[in-house]
Amino acid sequence: MESTATYKGYFVLLLLLLGLSFLTNISLGSVSIPLDEVISGLFGGGTSKDSWQYILIDYRLPKALTAILAGGGLAVSGLLMQTLFRNPLAGPFVLGLSSGASLGVAILILGAGAFGGYFGNLLVSQWSLVIAAAFGSFLVLLAVLAVTFRIKDTMAILIIGLMFGSVTSAVVAVLSYFSSAEQLQQYIFWSFGSLGNQSWQGVLILSICCVFGLLLSFFCSKSLNALLLGENYAKSMGLRIKRTTFLIILATSILAGSITAFAGPIAFVGLAVPHLTRQFFTTSNHFILIPAVLLCGSVLMLLCDTVAQLPFSEYTLPINAITALIGAPVIIWLLVRKRKLLF
Amino acid sequence: MASEKGHIVLEVMNLAVGYFSKKKPKIISENIQFSIAEGELVGLVGANGIGKSTLLRTLGRMQPKISGSILLKHKLLSTYTAMQLASELSMVLTEAAVSKNLTVLELVSLGRQPYTSWMGTLTEADKKAIQFALQATETAKLASQKCFELSDGQLQRVYIARALAQDTPLIILDEPTTHLDLYHRAYILKLLKKLASETGKCILFSTHEIDLAIQLSDKMLVMTPESNFFDTPCRLIEAGKFDALFPKETINFDSKTGRFNINN
Repeated sequence: MESTATYKGYFVLLLLLLGLSFLTNISLGSVSIPLDEVISGLFGGGTSKDSWQYILIDYRLPKALTAILAGGGLAVSGLLMQTLFRNPLAGPFVLGLSSGASLGVAILILGAGAFGGYFGNLLVSQWSLVIAAAFGSFLVLLAVLAVTFRIKDTMAILIIGLMFGSVTSAVVAVLSYFSSAEQLQQYIFWSFGSLGNQSWQGVLILSICCVFGLLLSFFCSKSLNALLLGENYAKSMGLRIKRTTFLIILATSILAGSITAFAGPIAFVGLAVPHLTRQFFTTSNHFILIPAVLLCGSVLMLLCDTVAQLPFSEYTLPINAITALIGAPVIIWLLVRKRKLLF
Repeated sequence: MASEKGHIVLEVMNLAVGYFSKKKPKIISENIQFSIAEGELVGLVGANGIGKSTLLRTLGRMQPKISGSILLKHKLLSTYTAMQLASELSMVLTEAAVSKNLTVLELVSLGRQPYTSWMGTLTEADKKAIQFALQATETAKLASQKCFELSDGQLQRVYIARALAQDTPLIILDEPTTHLDLYHRAYILKLLKKLASETGKCILFSTHEIDLAIQLSDKMLVMTPESNFFDTPCRLIEAGKFDALFPKETINFDSKTGRFNINN
């Protein structure tokens, strides 16, 4: 796809913004650490207090990296969904992908209680959370896709996504009736979404999943461009639809599934960021859009997290609330200003 | 049928098209028989629901045929790989799913996808083909505009440009004149006529503009509930085949003027 403009300036700007918001995110928190100490702490120079070093390296740095991965990954999976379904309202959350992941985790955490504690405790490890969430979102996506092949109406797909959300909350309600308060709390906290409290091992797992999902997405760029014309045109240009659809779904469920597993269901990033990015990158070329959406998502998530940790106070807000508070007005603003959302 | 202009590109024999519902074939139209040679413009006419779109979709391999044979360049259509087919046959569809956020240049250059690498990088040859397509359809001035800014007539020209950029010997268009005013309907069909004769491509289009198609097509395929007829428009008129298109109590074909008249 030939593009009419180059976006080098925007990319440089976004990278600068990413660096800036990364530093801001790291240097702000409930404990105030001076900026020069932060920089020397990050680059191995050490800090004047040992506790600062610990906070920086073992708490704030993994959290900031998780924010970058989660924001970028969710935003890209939203972009993929919008192109695949040719629907500007598509996103991992609206389509029930996150609900699927929640269902997987709910069955794992709460179901473990229902089916016996000994076996349960064995199951609830970080890896099994990832697998359950990814499996849940993959199943939902397959179901959504099966419907897509039968029904050509895109509204129906969104309604089905909403239905999956309802089914999830119903199943969670049933399971919670049989689970202990402790397990219920574990699930509730997971569902609030949280970027913090990640071990370095967790961050490593998440980055492996995200890098794989992102590479797969980027590899699909040419096919995604063709899909902008609809399936029939894409087919007539030599695209193997089934294989492509499968790869896109695989990439999306790896991204959304692993991120939801580690950071909980985070709403609106997948839906809002692609639209926000299109305001500056007026191209439909996925070779440009995917990196742009990735960077925008990371920057936005870092900023959201900076707000969520309420600098200089000891409280932390659930990240899910902040992304919704920022994301929903953005969508409304875009709709009012542009009168329609394009994908 | 002897071909006056050149090699036969598409040859259809005893074709039956339709749908498979619960594994049982449901035939919509059968005994379809025609062939198109290089540089020919062929119009496909028939009432709503007679199977025009089904036939075109079958030819474009978007749905399976029920029986009969389709030969593209003397080779069975089913033996082509998706990629091979994409460089022999391009389509202009009545597809509502196209993203209107694409610029004209982006949309037209998508037509080069069968020839580009996985990165979609355009070579000089690709760019040349795109420029040719834009100029041939008089859309070069629109290149940097977004598709949602275009009128229906401009959009149709852009879709045709995309098919041209795909640079295939055969182009199939499904009702390219719907939603257009009289001027643009005539413009599009004249454009197709010019493209067929100047580039030597075969162009097969379906339309409800029977009088325009009669004037411009080299040959026509007339689909009626009883049978399907393929010949030059003149001979079809002489044989009175257009009379069978629609129920006689409502409209009549006047073979002298080549027009349909409403019965009062």
